[in-house]
Amino acid sequence: MRPHPLLHLSKVKVLEFIREPEAIFWVLVFPILLSLALGIAFRTRKPEPLAVAVTSGAEAAAAAEALGADTSLRAKILSEDEARESLRTGKVALVVIPGETVTYWFDPSRDESRVARLAADAALQRAAGRDDVRTTALREMTERGSRYIDFLVPGLVGMNLMGTGMWGIGFSIVNARSRGLLKRLIATPMRKRHYLAAQMLGRLVFLVPEVAALIGFAHFFFDVPVRGSLASIALITGIGAMAFSGIGLLVAARPRTIEGVSGLMNFVMLPMWIFSGVFFSPARFPDAMQPAIRLLPLTALNDALRGVMIDGRALGAVGVEVAIVASWGLAAFLVALRLFRWR
Amino acid sequence: MADIALSCEGLVKRYGDVVAVDGLDLSVRVGECFGLLGPNGAGKTTTVEILEGLNRPDAGEVRVLGQTWANGADALRERIGIQLQDTQLAEKLTVLETIELFRSFYARGLEPREVMRIVRLEEKEKAWVRKLSGGQKQRLSLAAALVGDPELLFLDEPTTGLDPQARRQVWDVIADVRARGGTVLLTTHYMEEAERLCDRIAIVDRGRVIALDTPVGLIARLGAEHVLEIECESRPDLERLRERVGAHDVRIDGEIVSLTVREVHRAVPALLQELAAQSVVLTRLTTHHATLEDVFVAMTGRHLRER
Repeated sequence: MRPHPLLHLSKVKVLEFIREPEAIFWVLVFPILLSLALGIAFRTRKPEPLAVAVTSGAEAAAAAEALGADTSLRAKILSEDEARESLRTGKVALVVIPGETVTYWFDPSRDESRVARLAADAALQRAAGRDDVRTTALREMTERGSRYIDFLVPGLVGMNLMGTGMWGIGFSIVNARSRGLLKRLIATPMRKRHYLAAQMLGRLVFLVPEVAALIGFAHFFFDVPVRGSLASIALITGIGAMAFSGIGLLVAARPRTIEGVSGLMNFVMLPMWIFSGVFFSPARFPDAMQPAIRLLPLTALNDALRGVMIDGRALGAVGVEVAIVASWGLAAFLVALRLFRWR
Repeated sequence: MADIALSCEGLVKRYGDVVAVDGLDLSVRVGECFGLLGPNGAGKTTTVEILEGLNRPDAGEVRVLGQTWANGADALRERIGIQLQDTQLAEKLTVLETIELFRSFYARGLEPREVMRIVRLEEKEKAWVRKLSGGQKQRLSLAAALVGDPELLFLDEPTTGLDPQARRQVWDVIADVRARGGTVLLTTHYMEEAERLCDRIAIVDRGRVIALDTPVGLIARLGAEHVLEIECESRPDLERLRERVGAHDVRIDGEIVSLTVREVHRAVPALLQELAAQSVVLTRLTTHHATLEDVFVAMTGRHLRER
């Protein structure tokens, strides 16, 4: 028995890829370097006390001492001009102007400014003799899974699946088209769907090293949790890789030049880099945009990955997201098959 | 007729205002090597791609191995082998991998190693396509056309751009294929190639067949088998020259005057005598056997290739 042409075409796809050293860098090494850099930049630090300025005057020293009772505040006495300048440039979070009526001068659009106002008010009221009427206790959250790196890694996995799926397929197809190789292939009894399907299957082979390297690195180096089952993660990344390969096929269906396909790829990927929650949560965008953002394949993929990997959800709990990703892949493949230019 | 491998009638293909193929008829018999000879831009490649089912004609009928592309495309692809003009195969695959890939598309065919032997690339089995020379790439492209053991083989300018030695190696391979009894349709603008490989030749110009015969038959149409080419310091009286030399035809191309004659040994003394009589100084004289190039020039007034 001879191997099926689909198998042969997939094998060729894999061989061509591993004989391209640059590709290995972008697929395997680059995401690790990126997560290393971002993990270091956004590592969890001990909370710094908030700087508060007290404008100079008769009561300044007393007010500063009262503020110093709260260890989360660091008070210094400045002239009014210096204080204004420091507040404007973000060097202090709050300016306290002592007097009969204490004035809090702050920037309500900054979280730390609002926090400093509440803390400073409590400290001054207490120093003036206010008694707290309720007993309270504090508990600090230190659990893994709540840090930025924990948010970031599943997003990087998703972004990497998108990037390698699109570039890996788009470039090789447009290259083959511009060299006349596609035309040569359809001059044989080869089935067109076999060629396109092999492009997607060939991608699967790299999925294991690509995803395992990134998640494994993040797990052992940054202690990023992997709570859900590995089988679920494998299934989701597999479907994600297929989907973006399908979209890659669609984008590469018509262009004849590398320049043409590059522009189209960036046009397709740019919105997803921004909206799909790779580096920050898409919840920051207005509510009206949310339904559209949720339907983007990368948003759905990232949500599913985060749900399983970080929150430890079962596959069924992210079924809608997985279905969105799979639908994109299937639709893109079928449209690509119709639109595909072979010569 | 059962012994016709390939035929077309009234083929027309236009690209905008340009008529690439203009009512072309052909009929290729089973077992023969049929050549389409013509200059660049004559419509050879367009014609072949229509016959190969890769391009659709605006008008005309095509039958390949008794079938049409409309109703038998899948079955036909299994039975024909195609070499396209300047296909570039995947650069990062080896020779063997490339042949195995093409083999996998065909339900039946030759063993990859057997094909490598036919095209004489056994020693390059593990070499990347990128590392092959032009002639080796061309033979690999032939291998991809042969691997399905085709009944009918299309070769579109198989030796264009190759040096003479590489060209001869490709000819040897095609001669081997012929010896195995396959039918071949070949396009070329090299007359030596057509003369050497083809049983019958159609001369194509401006999208039409302007002559069709065996190579010998085409040359015989000139009515004379030798060509004298001369260059002189001044222009001789051509009409008197033709008369005295007994030339079948005289034509002038730039500085070169060519005369088609039957017998060189009689024509040359007469030519020298007449030039002396006209006081024209001869600067160059060459003679050669008439070729298809001369046939083409005689029929169209143009050369197959720019000199």
